[in-house]
Amino acid sequence: MTHPYIPNAEPGVRAEMLAAVGAESVEEFYADIPADLRLARPLNLPEPFVSEPDLVRHMEGLLAKNQRALSFLGHGAYAHYVPAVCDEVNTRSEFLTAYAGEPYEDHGRFQALFEYVSMMGELLEMDVVNVPTYDGFQAAGTAIRMACRYTGRNRVLVHSAISADLMSKLRDFLSHDIDIVTGAAGTEVEVDDSFAAIFVETPDVFGRVETRGRELADLAHAHGALLVVSTDPISLGVLAPPAAYGADIVCGDIQSLGMHPSYGGGHAGYIATHDHQPLVAEFPSRLFGIAPTKVPGEYGFGDVYYDRTSFAHREEGKEWVGTASALWGITAGVYLALMGPQGMKELGETVLARTRYAMDALGAHVTVLHGGDVHFREFAIEVPSARELLDGLRERDIFGGVALDDRTVLVCVTECHSIDDIDRLAAAVKEVLA
Amino acid sequence: MFTVGLVVNPVAGLGGAVGLKGSDGADVQREARARGAAPRSGERAAVAVRTLLSRRPDARIVTVPGAMGEHSVSAPHDLVRHQPRAATTSSDTRAAVAALAGVDLLLFAGGDGTARDVLDAVSGLATAPPVLGIPAGVKVYSGCFALSPATAGFVAAAFDGTTTPAEVVDLDEDLYRRGAVSPRLYGSLAVPAVRAALSGRKTGSSATSEGTVEGIAREAVAKMRPGTRYVLGPGATTMAVGRELGLSTTLLGVDVVERGGAGFGGVGGIVAGADVSEAELFALVSGGPAALVLSVIGGQGFVLGRGNQQVSPRVVDAVRDGGGELIVLATQQKLAALGGRPLLADTGDEETDTKLSGHVRVITGYRESTIYRICPASKEFSS
Amino acid sequence: MSASGESFAQLPVAPKPPVRRFHQARWDEPIIFELSQPGRRGVAVPEPGAPAVELPESVRRERAPKLPEMSQPHVLRHYLRLSQENLGFDLNIDVGQGTCTMKYSPKVNDGFAKAIADLHPRQPEDSVQGVLEIYARMESMLAEISGMSRVSLQPGSGSAAIYANIAMIRAYHAANGEGHRDQVITTIFSHPSNAACAKTAGYEVITLMPNADGQPDIEALRAAVGPRTAALMITNPEDTGIFNPRIKEFVDLVHSVGGLACYDQANANGILGITRARDAGFDLCHFNLHKTFSTPHMCGGPAAGASGVSEALAPFLPGPVVEAHDGRFILKYPEKSVGKIRPFLGVTQNIVRAYAWIMALGGDGLRTVAETAALNNNYLMHKILQIPGASAPWGRRRIEQARYSWQQLSEETGVHSEEIGVRAADFGVHYWTSHHPYLVPEPFTLEPTESYSKEDLDEYAAILAHVAEEARRDPEFVKGAPYNQTVHKIDMTSLDDPDQWAPTWRAYVRKHLSGKG
Repeated sequence: MTHPYIPNAEPGVRAEMLAAVGAESVEEFYADIPADLRLARPLNLPEPFVSEPDLVRHMEGLLAKNQRALSFLGHGAYAHYVPAVCDEVNTRSEFLTAYAGEPYEDHGRFQALFEYVSMMGELLEMDVVNVPTYDGFQAAGTAIRMACRYTGRNRVLVHSAISADLMSKLRDFLSHDIDIVTGAAGTEVEVDDSFAAIFVETPDVFGRVETRGRELADLAHAHGALLVVSTDPISLGVLAPPAAYGADIVCGDIQSLGMHPSYGGGHAGYIATHDHQPLVAEFPSRLFGIAPTKVPGEYGFGDVYYDRTSFAHREEGKEWVGTASALWGITAGVYLALMGPQGMKELGETVLARTRYAMDALGAHVTVLHGGDVHFREFAIEVPSARELLDGLRERDIFGGVALDDRTVLVCVTECHSIDDIDRLAAAVKEVLA
Repeated sequence: MFTVGLVVNPVAGLGGAVGLKGSDGADVQREARARGAAPRSGERAAVAVRTLLSRRPDARIVTVPGAMGEHSVSAPHDLVRHQPRAATTSSDTRAAVAALAGVDLLLFAGGDGTARDVLDAVSGLATAPPVLGIPAGVKVYSGCFALSPATAGFVAAAFDGTTTPAEVVDLDEDLYRRGAVSPRLYGSLAVPAVRAALSGRKTGSSATSEGTVEGIAREAVAKMRPGTRYVLGPGATTMAVGRELGLSTTLLGVDVVERGGAGFGGVGGIVAGADVSEAELFALVSGGPAALVLSVIGGQGFVLGRGNQQVSPRVVDAVRDGGGELIVLATQQKLAALGGRPLLADTGDEETDTKLSGHVRVITGYRESTIYRICPASKEFSS
Repeated sequence: MSASGESFAQLPVAPKPPVRRFHQARWDEPIIFELSQPGRRGVAVPEPGAPAVELPESVRRERAPKLPEMSQPHVLRHYLRLSQENLGFDLNIDVGQGTCTMKYSPKVNDGFAKAIADLHPRQPEDSVQGVLEIYARMESMLAEISGMSRVSLQPGSGSAAIYANIAMIRAYHAANGEGHRDQVITTIFSHPSNAACAKTAGYEVITLMPNADGQPDIEALRAAVGPRTAALMITNPEDTGIFNPRIKEFVDLVHSVGGLACYDQANANGILGITRARDAGFDLCHFNLHKTFSTPHMCGGPAAGASGVSEALAPFLPGPVVEAHDGRFILKYPEKSVGKIRPFLGVTQNIVRAYAWIMALGGDGLRTVAETAALNNNYLMHKILQIPGASAPWGRRRIEQARYSWQQLSEETGVHSEEIGVRAADFGVHYWTSHHPYLVPEPFTLEPTESYSKEDLDEYAAILAHVAEEARRDPEFVKGAPYNQTVHKIDMTSLDDPDQWAPTWRAYVRKHLSGKG
């Protein structure tokens, strides 16, 4: 049988093509592969499901083993509402199956990505935003590398409490040539002229909003260092963009802006700066810009400052460019266009209010950590046993949060959680702890 | 008004088709004609001019009478007074270039020999116009030539005043006829900077693979040890090494430098000898550890023996006796242009060349290098 | 031909012309900010239902962001128009994006991807057994295909997988007290991310140039290896489509000095079931699931990469990995893991798609994929080489793709390969030249995967032949292309000028629209 995905597997056409090229068999195309490197047996793989209904049955059998529950999980991936139009646009064949055409036949991709970076620019109040990199982790690593190349220094202060996973990525990506210093909680921030950057994440791993941004920016700048801020752009309808308090490079993950969690598949990273040529020169990723065409009134697009890597003097620690997360950039653009300024503001207000409501509701039964701080979306609670609480909630069909350690649980609340959902969590927590 | 000058060397390329490997000198030209060669440079110049005018009809062509220009221009054009003799010589080319000095861009059709004449002529002018070569000669190794006559027309039409330096190299034709290719660097000309076409990029592409002259220079300096004397051969890349050390070294001569100690804000260095003779060089490298830093001259892959004859067999021996190495500098693009052929050494002493043969490290960028085959020129051309 | 009133209603309809009369959609769509009207909105947000939180001034946003204000149908219409102005695989004979392995991504698999959209990566392991089982099965299938012991599916792309491999190489040498190994060797026809990732990780890179036969020079490798060699990173077949027959010697040579051998299998589509990385002695390898294993390219990601390693490297894999334990699947950190390459376990929706693709083909099917890709490539090469002015250096059989040259055509007409590509798009196809530097002059790279029919390949070759013919007849016309696209020829010069460039709309407004009525 000719496989439905492989038109030229049909024996007649195969023979015709072999004859056209003057080959006895396909073996001739493999003449360069020595006999001792040839696999002498068929691949030992499971029997295939060639018919589509058989395949669907197999896949549905596997996928049915996954379970859902009322979820308060966050800690790096967030179940914000995904408007239907986001999915409609990003499942279009024209976008889904395209790759890397020229700005002519793929004009739509260029314009959609230009619009994405432009809307991010408005949200961030910055003029330069990259075409998405892999994820927020990569964006943070690259932003710090950019600061090091820009300043010619190789030390960074990680000021905020960040997740263990992000720290793992930063160590892997940076530590062979960059010294990572972590600020001890509650102590004074200390930097000197050997630092390239202060790295801040807001909201931090506990959902706390950084309130000393201006002070940290001034401190960094006083020592010739940059302030690098990682932030989830979903918060910026209500929270000040880091540029407003002096950040030089802003980065983060855009999963919240219209991407499903997809068990970790919804991530894409952004990096933004002001339009300052020496810093723009340090972007390893692509930047798209408007260019004129032959015809008045037509917007063309192309790569801004494409050869910058060869102009940048500091070639140490250059980075690669590759396939990353473009479609999520297009999707985030759709999301921001749907939300508009008012939608982003209202979303921020709802998340702030429900986070506080949840803190108060749970605070009646457990200790809420950092209760006096401003929280966006997440907060931590302290319990006698994180494991027992989460297992107990699970029995009540609730994913109650993420255990940060044996006694600390991180709880996440978005606009998708109704007040009833939060009340149900609080009641269940009370029940489990009773 | 965009004014383009045109000079044609009507005998360029004459010798090529009949196996004479060049067209320099009246005797060779006579011989070529006797063998049945017909001039082709005029026709190639005409292609370039037609292409230029079709893209930029407002351009004004200024040229000299007869086969040195006018015959290649069918469109309206201006002539400047200049009367060539029947058999054109180098001096005719130079005189024609001088007569056209005021143009916005000077096109010339010919080969490397013509390029040298143009270089000579513009060097003598108060304000030298940018130039662009239309390839029409037997030897076209210089960087100042467009890929083809049509390309020359397109590049000229797109010229916006931005220029970039391009090397002029030429071969000694007598040697070339005897089987040896001996390019030599003569200097550089300002040519239109052609912006690389922005197409052909895909997302899956790292933009980090091409080394720059600056990157190569930084890597070369990073590899230098204080106390070792480094012999910098001629060329723009080795000159960039001098610049990286904060030194002013010569484009065409052989210089000897030493790097300073490591320090914040650049390493610094000294020039131990500028534009040295063979004897001076031998004295400088005999006293202690030394190394050779050479670039690839011309399109044939010569590293030694062309334009850097000061680096004589005894100099090479002295460097090697002191444990010194040969460091070659070239962009990946330049090596790519060799099409898999080896780098060449031709110090004039077969034994020295043979000792050098094998694989040599070529610095292609910052923290980027390759290992490339080098062999005696005599061996490569003997077959 | 048709003066008004002249009848054209004649049957039969005339035959189609030899090349398709394509025109890309041209909606002449404004930039989205120009569609904004104050007060409109695209979605509504739930009311807080709880007391508002008063933010301190230091963190409060002062000015509302200047995002567009649009109603929902208009956002949708704008983006659907943009989507139409884009040429996906599903719409064209996509053989021209060589090295990218543009193949059919079955629609049924998109449904499986959607089925895991709402799964949160921090869910308890027992609630995601279906997904973990797919990861485990996928890992064992890729282990069989590569011959490797373990496979990580965490990297988000091919380049990220290369980086993960470099990270493991670095950790392996460090664990063995060999941290002094600071050189990585690669070849010029390997993907440039091999060199770039190695440099990012702090390595000095030695790139081997090809010899006169287009093969990496083994003598150069012999001269390059030594006590500082950390690894050889090599693609095979290289981007020329030529398989390096001495690959085992390359690997052995690197092993002989204590280095590791790492196989970039981005070009694996023609060798599935034919030859395996581990059998040639490689210690590590990687696959691009969005190339060989069919997940859609998504305008440039999210993609997915897979890093395969031998037993000796397994303790260094990125974490976590999935393991079977008492009939359940659990997450575990390898003993000496290099840590996180990206958040969580991987780009799960693409792992699911790739798994389903292999399950629709099986071992025999994969071999048919490889053989058909090789047949399609050699057939297309046969057609392309009949076009005057086109050539393929080194004149040998290729595996799954080939790098061609328009050198002769370009010398004769002054038309460059890039320009031929832009004109070819006027007939509804893509075309890509090559990575830089161009070792093959005026290059173009075609990779006709198993997804194309003979008729497709004939049509693609006919388009290139037609454009080459145009270049001879009227080079300027070709240079003036495109004509049938969404927009006309773009002047890119402003994009390199800091005073003019506009990487966002706000930069464009500031530099070009402010104070201009």
